[in-house]
Amino acid sequence: MIAPGTAQGVQAGRARTATEAAARVMVPRGLKQLVYDATGIGVAAVMLFPIYWMIITAFKPGRDILTLQPKWFPAPFTLDNFKDAIARPFFLDDVRNSLVIVGVMLALALVIAFLAAVGTARFGFRGRTAFLVMIIGVQMVPLNALIIPLYMLLDSAGQVDALPGVIAIYLAVVLPFMIWTLRGFVANIPVELEEAAMIDGCTRTSAFFRITFPLVGPGLVATAIFGFIQAWNEYIIAYVLLSSPHNQTLTVWLASFTTNHGPEWGPLMAAATLTGLPVVAFFLILQRYLAGGLTAGAVKG
Amino acid sequence: MATAAAAPDLEPASSFLRRRWLSGQLFPYALITPSVAVIAGVLAFPLGMLVWLSLQHYGLRELIAHQGEWVGLGNYQAILADPLFRQVIFRSLAFTFTCVALTILLSTLIALLLLKVRRAVSVVVMSALVFVWATPVIVTVDIWQWMFDYEFGVINYLLTQLHLGNFIHHNWFDNPVQGLGVLVLVVVWGAIPFVTITVFAGLLQVPGELLDAAEVDGAGPWQRFRFVTAPMLKPIFLIVTCLSTIWDFGVFNQIYVLLNQRPSADYYTIAIYSYRESFGVSQYGLGATIAVLMVLVLIVVTLFYVRETVRQAEIA
Repeated sequence: MIAPGTAQGVQAGRARTATEAAARVMVPRGLKQLVYDATGIGVAAVMLFPIYWMIITAFKPGRDILTLQPKWFPAPFTLDNFKDAIARPFFLDDVRNSLVIVGVMLALALVIAFLAAVGTARFGFRGRTAFLVMIIGVQMVPLNALIIPLYMLLDSAGQVDALPGVIAIYLAVVLPFMIWTLRGFVANIPVELEEAAMIDGCTRTSAFFRITFPLVGPGLVATAIFGFIQAWNEYIIAYVLLSSPHNQTLTVWLASFTTNHGPEWGPLMAAATLTGLPVVAFFLILQRYLAGGLTAGAVKG
Repeated sequence: MATAAAAPDLEPASSFLRRRWLSGQLFPYALITPSVAVIAGVLAFPLGMLVWLSLQHYGLRELIAHQGEWVGLGNYQAILADPLFRQVIFRSLAFTFTCVALTILLSTLIALLLLKVRRAVSVVVMSALVFVWATPVIVTVDIWQWMFDYEFGVINYLLTQLHLGNFIHHNWFDNPVQGLGVLVLVVVWGAIPFVTITVFAGLLQVPGELLDAAEVDGAGPWQRFRFVTAPMLKPIFLIVTCLSTIWDFGVFNQIYVLLNQRPSADYYTIAIYSYRESFGVSQYGLGATIAVLMVLVLIVVTLFYVRETVRQAEIA
C-alpha cells in the first residue's frame, strides 16, 4: 500500500539518522550494546535470585542453612528436606486435590470463556457493553470480602468442605479475565479470513472451526496458563472453605507448614519448591505452543 | 450452533434467513449465557448477601442463629467515624499508588530494554520473568520471609557486606514504614512479569516507520517515547494500570502470610482490616460494611480507567 517513493524515503531517512546518531553519541556501537545486554542480564539475575535462593536452600543440610555467612551453593548436597516435606501428613492428598480442582476448573473455563469471547468479539448486540462492564466490574470485588456469603451459599447447597464448591467459585473468579483475554485474540483474527472460506464453500460454522479456531490456539494456551496460575495459587478461599486437611489444596498445606512448625526453612523451601513445580512444568510444556503470543491478545482493545 | 450447522444447504434462502436471525439476534446471547450463568450464579447471591450483611448487626450468635439484627446504616456510621478506618484507607491508597507507579515504571523500562538487547539476552530475561510469574504467591511470600529473616536472612547479610549500614539482626517488620517498604518490594517484584510481558507485546506492535519518521523530524529518544510510543500503547497502559490498581488495592496474601497471619494494626490495609473484623473479632456485619466501602472506593479510583478501557473495546 505504501508508495515506493515513501518507502525509499523512510529508508534513506533511517540511514541518515543512524549516522547522525552515531556521530552525536560518540560511543562505539559495540559498547552500547554491551551495556544494554549487561543490564538485561542484571535484571534477570535480580528477578531470579529469590527463586534461586529457595531452590538452593531446599538442597542444603540444616547446618548450612542457619549460618551467619550464607553459603551461595548447596555444597554438601542433600535431599533430606524434600523427604521431610513429602513425609508430612496430607501432602499427597492435597497434591491430588489441587490437580483435580485446577484440571476440572480449567476444562470448563476454557469452553465457557471461548464461547463468550467469540460472542463479544464477533457480534454486536444489545447488552454487549453491559456484559463487558460486568466482566471488568466483577474483578474489582475483593474475594476475601465474599467469604462469609460464599460460605452461606455453599452451606445451603451442601458443598462446604467439598471440592465442587471450590471449583465453581474458582470458575467464576477466573472467567472474567479469561474472557477478556480470549476476546482480544479472537478480535485480532480478521473476519475476512472466515468470509473467504465461506465463499469457497464452507458453512459459517465450519469456516469458524477450520479457520478461526486453529488461529486462536495460542490465545487458548495463554488463557489456560493464566487460569492454571490463578487457581493453583489461590489461598484464602480454599483456606476457609475446605476445613478438613485431606480436602485442602497445596497452598493451604504450604501455609499451614509455616504456622504449625515455625520457621524450619529447609523443609519449608523444599515444600515451596514442590508447590511451585507443577506451574512451571505446565508453563514449560505449553510454551512452545505460545509462539510469542503470550499476552498479545490480552490488551488488544 | 448445532442448528446452524444442521441447516441444509439445499435451501439457501431460508437457511440464509435463519442464519441471519440466529447470528444477528439470539446467537451471541447463547454464546455468553454459560459465562453469565456461572458468574452470576456464583457471585450474585454473595454480593447481595454482602450488602445485606453490611446493614445488620451480625456477630457469632447471629451466625449460629442464621438471623441478624437490622441496624440500617448504623455500621456505616460506626466505620466512617472510626479513626482507624481513615488511617487504613489512607494507607491502602498510598500503598496501592506506590506499588502501581513502581510496577508500571519498572516494567516499561524493562520492556524497552528488551527491544535493545540481543536475542539471547532477551530470551534469558523473558524466561526469568516467566519463572517469577509462574511461582505461586504463597511460595514467593515464604521465600521473601526467609530472605528477610532477621537472624539468618541473606538480605541483611548482603546489605551489611555492601557497607550500606549495620543490618545484623535487623528486624524489618519492627518499623511499619520499613515493613511496608518490604511489602511494596514483594508486590512489585511479583507484578513486574505480567506487566512487562504485556507492555513488551504492545511495543512490538508499534510500527518502526513511525519512530523513524519522528527521528527524521528531530525527535529525541524521550520525545519519540512520549509522542509516538506512549499514545500507541495507551490501551495497554490503561488495562494494565486498571488491573494493577484492583489487585494491589485488594492485597491480602502477601501481608497476611509475611506477618505470620497476625499483622499488627500498623499493617492493616483495607482487605486485612475487613478480614480481621469478620474473622478476628466475629463482627461479620462490620466486616461486610468495610468490604462494601472498599468496592466503592475502588470504583471511584478506577472509574476513569474502566470507562476508557470499555470505550477502546467498543471502538475496535
